[in-house]
Amino acid sequence: MTLVKTSHKRRSFLKISAATGGGMLIGFNWMTSCSSPEEETIAIPNEWFEMNGYIKIGDTGLVTIYSPNPEIGQNVMTSMPMIVAEELDVNWEHVVVEQGMLDEDVFHNPQFAGGSLSIMLGWDALRMAGATGRRMLLEAAAGEWGVQVSDLQVRDGIISEVNGDRSISYGDIASRAVDMEVPEEIELKDPKDFKLIGTYQKNVVGPQLVTGKSVFGLDFKREGMLLAMIQHPPAFGMKVKDFNQQEIKGMDGIRDAFIIDTGYEDEGRFDVNAFNQLIAIVGDSTWQLINAKKALKSNWETESTLESNQSHAESLARDLDNGTLQEERRDGDPDSAFAGAAKVIERTYSAPIIAHNTLEPMNFFAHVNGDKVELVGPTQTPNNLKESTSKMLGIPLENITVAMTRMGGGFGRRLYTHYGLEAAAISSKMSAPIKLIYSREDDMTQGTYRPAYRSTYKAGLDENNNLIAFSVKGVGFREGPVFPNRFPAGAIDHYYAVKRVSPSNISYGAWRAPRSHFTAGAEQSFLDEVAEAAGKDPIELRLELFDRAKTNPVGEEYEYDAERYAGVLKLVREKANWGEDMPGVYRGVAAYFCHNSYVAQILDLVMHNGQPKVKKVWCAVDCGIVINREGAKNIIEGGVVDGIGHAMYSELQFEDGAPVQENFNSYRLIRHGEAPEEIEVFFVENDISPTGLGEPGLPPAVGALASALYRATGQRYYHQPFTTKEQDQESRLLG
Amino acid sequence: MAIFDIEINGKKQQVDVDPATPMLWVLRDHLDLVGTKYGCGIAQCGACTIHIDGTAVRSCSMPVSAVGNKSVTTIEGLSEKGDHPVQKAWLEHDVPQCGYCQAGQIMSAAALLDSNPTPGDAEIDAAMNGNLCRCGTYTRIKAAIKTAATG
Repeated sequence: MTLVKTSHKRRSFLKISAATGGGMLIGFNWMTSCSSPEEETIAIPNEWFEMNGYIKIGDTGLVTIYSPNPEIGQNVMTSMPMIVAEELDVNWEHVVVEQGMLDEDVFHNPQFAGGSLSIMLGWDALRMAGATGRRMLLEAAAGEWGVQVSDLQVRDGIISEVNGDRSISYGDIASRAVDMEVPEEIELKDPKDFKLIGTYQKNVVGPQLVTGKSVFGLDFKREGMLLAMIQHPPAFGMKVKDFNQQEIKGMDGIRDAFIIDTGYEDEGRFDVNAFNQLIAIVGDSTWQLINAKKALKSNWETESTLESNQSHAESLARDLDNGTLQEERRDGDPDSAFAGAAKVIERTYSAPIIAHNTLEPMNFFAHVNGDKVELVGPTQTPNNLKESTSKMLGIPLENITVAMTRMGGGFGRRLYTHYGLEAAAISSKMSAPIKLIYSREDDMTQGTYRPAYRSTYKAGLDENNNLIAFSVKGVGFREGPVFPNRFPAGAIDHYYAVKRVSPSNISYGAWRAPRSHFTAGAEQSFLDEVAEAAGKDPIELRLELFDRAKTNPVGEEYEYDAERYAGVLKLVREKANWGEDMPGVYRGVAAYFCHNSYVAQILDLVMHNGQPKVKKVWCAVDCGIVINREGAKNIIEGGVVDGIGHAMYSELQFEDGAPVQENFNSYRLIRHGEAPEEIEVFFVENDISPTGLGEPGLPPAVGALASALYRATGQRYYHQPFTTKEQDQESRLLG
Repeated sequence: MAIFDIEINGKKQQVDVDPATPMLWVLRDHLDLVGTKYGCGIAQCGACTIHIDGTAVRSCSMPVSAVGNKSVTTIEGLSEKGDHPVQKAWLEHDVPQCGYCQAGQIMSAAALLDSNPTPGDAEIDAAMNGNLCRCGTYTRIKAAIKTAATG
């Protein structure tokens, strides 16, 4: 066991009745059709006892665990409560999961979904919450029987004497446990004693999701609530001037129409949005609002440059070739090494702007009622929304509540909850509860997009085909796509990394595995080409480099663990029988470390009627301890499909400052028939504290795909999307 | 505005709306049946799929005036207890990630299996290609459809 200091010191134990504390039961995992009938007999409690912010125990033994973080499909509503339940020692079939409200003082845990960090950052707090609850229940039982806690044991929520006959359930002792002192220190389980962590558990919300009962933001309703939609300028670089306000206000079902401004002093990064001023229309029904939007006649002013694909391609190419690049790392003497190399390979890679396109468009409920604000909806960063709402409306933080609904996807888009601010601004103007709804077109054309990138990789081989020099230079809007201390830094004697941000007036943000999804694709398919030039197996080349980084690292630091990196490559090589001759199957391999986890993939491609088809993707993952294997596999599979889909098909083009694609008839997303036929996921088994999986499954898929496509077609793929872009290295422009 | 009597999930419902209103918004705004989702509004994503006389239809592009006497089934009415073979297969394969598209996926799959109880891969692709899943659960969906077909 591990002894840790607890942070759950605040006494927040309340005896609460079912009527006030029961709330809406969201996660009836004990009622799924998959559980055995005898498990379903536990009764709804009459009284609940709150052990701490995470745990509420009912008098029948039913346990409610609050999931602290936003749920965007990464399945933290199952995995986070599993960690609490493990340390609490309860039967998972007797656990009901509810979404917690935003209250970081109660949860002692940052409540956001981003950077694949929920499990990694929540690990200690969640374990402590469970262990604290368990300890207090044990102390209550020990006091009741006049014995020591050390005389007792727990199994599935039943406390019993080690050398005696007495036993009592959590449900029966909970009323006394809430009066126990919160322990100053608490013992955590040894990972080898985990019974729940590491098992396959179904999504606790599954039964609601398959019956249409889950409440997403767009589904939230409040009595007396009005609906609202916005109209943003048609192009980035434009601003609203005026519109036919009187005509719109006179339309059927329309209550009001006006211009809102969500700008405020000291704007934070997390409200990133190109348009603070928007036309807002408020009405009774969505269809009436859609019609009112169609009837808008607006005047816009051009404030700055109207950018286009052509101007983007030119500025990225110019900055990459001639711009002043910022040096991020330099080892050895790369210039001399390249000059003296027997072979030099230089390749340029690019990726276009893409939208997040969460299937549930942006929306939020807001009720600004005097100096009180209630916000309900889909956000990955509820705390940021609370703070920016407070600043925008001049209302103190303590008067603002934020409730997180289930989200129809995140992918980074809902880190930027400007639409929540817009809802608050509209509600404030109307003095009424409103729900703001974006149309798909609003959503796609007012994004916080993945910026376009362009990078050049260069490798030098000596006469013995050893990789002696390597460089990467990358430019992009919002950010240069370069991680200077990631692989292969540390493994090559002569190395440099430089980057630059190119200017653009389009709004950009984090898009699932920001930069990594591009750097992994470029770097990993470049290494495939380097291996070919060196006459080496692509896995062997990488393993040689990891060995160098481990035994005799170059430079002062690098960010990865070379042994774990090599470990996933070795595991996937073994599982996929790499090297086996498979006629008609074309294989690509890639490995990448990002967001603290390691993933290697081998992608098998076949040609079907002249078109490439992904037959199977093999994945090896090292994220430390795996919490829920079912959810972990699912999210890796999703990352693979997402990586393949966007690299192959997706692009948001710009003309005169406006996105060319506005909906799914012209914006290409991967569809059923284009998905891999099979994805198999293997985990490295170890006891390292867990790290996240929301993002790491995606980046290697891009590199593995590019290399498999090369084997199938004889052509290298440098420019995304692979299906439509000119792949010639002589073609220097993106557009 | 006009009054429409529609049979939804076996129950007669009356709404007073603009005849051009798509069924999607009739269900969501006027009847509180929000299991049917809005994704694109132009029949390109499948999130709004319902059954009209057993056939899968994109409710965002079907005006309420076109429904007539036909019976409408939504995800809420696919089965009484959430135990339609497709729903059970979805749980068995733990398909959903965010879950937003899944009601539409399930409605498309159920209609497919009604008309073709043992579809092959190409037939599944053809029937399901109109349903986008942004989280990328396609391989699980296909496996679940096969389970529902044989189960």
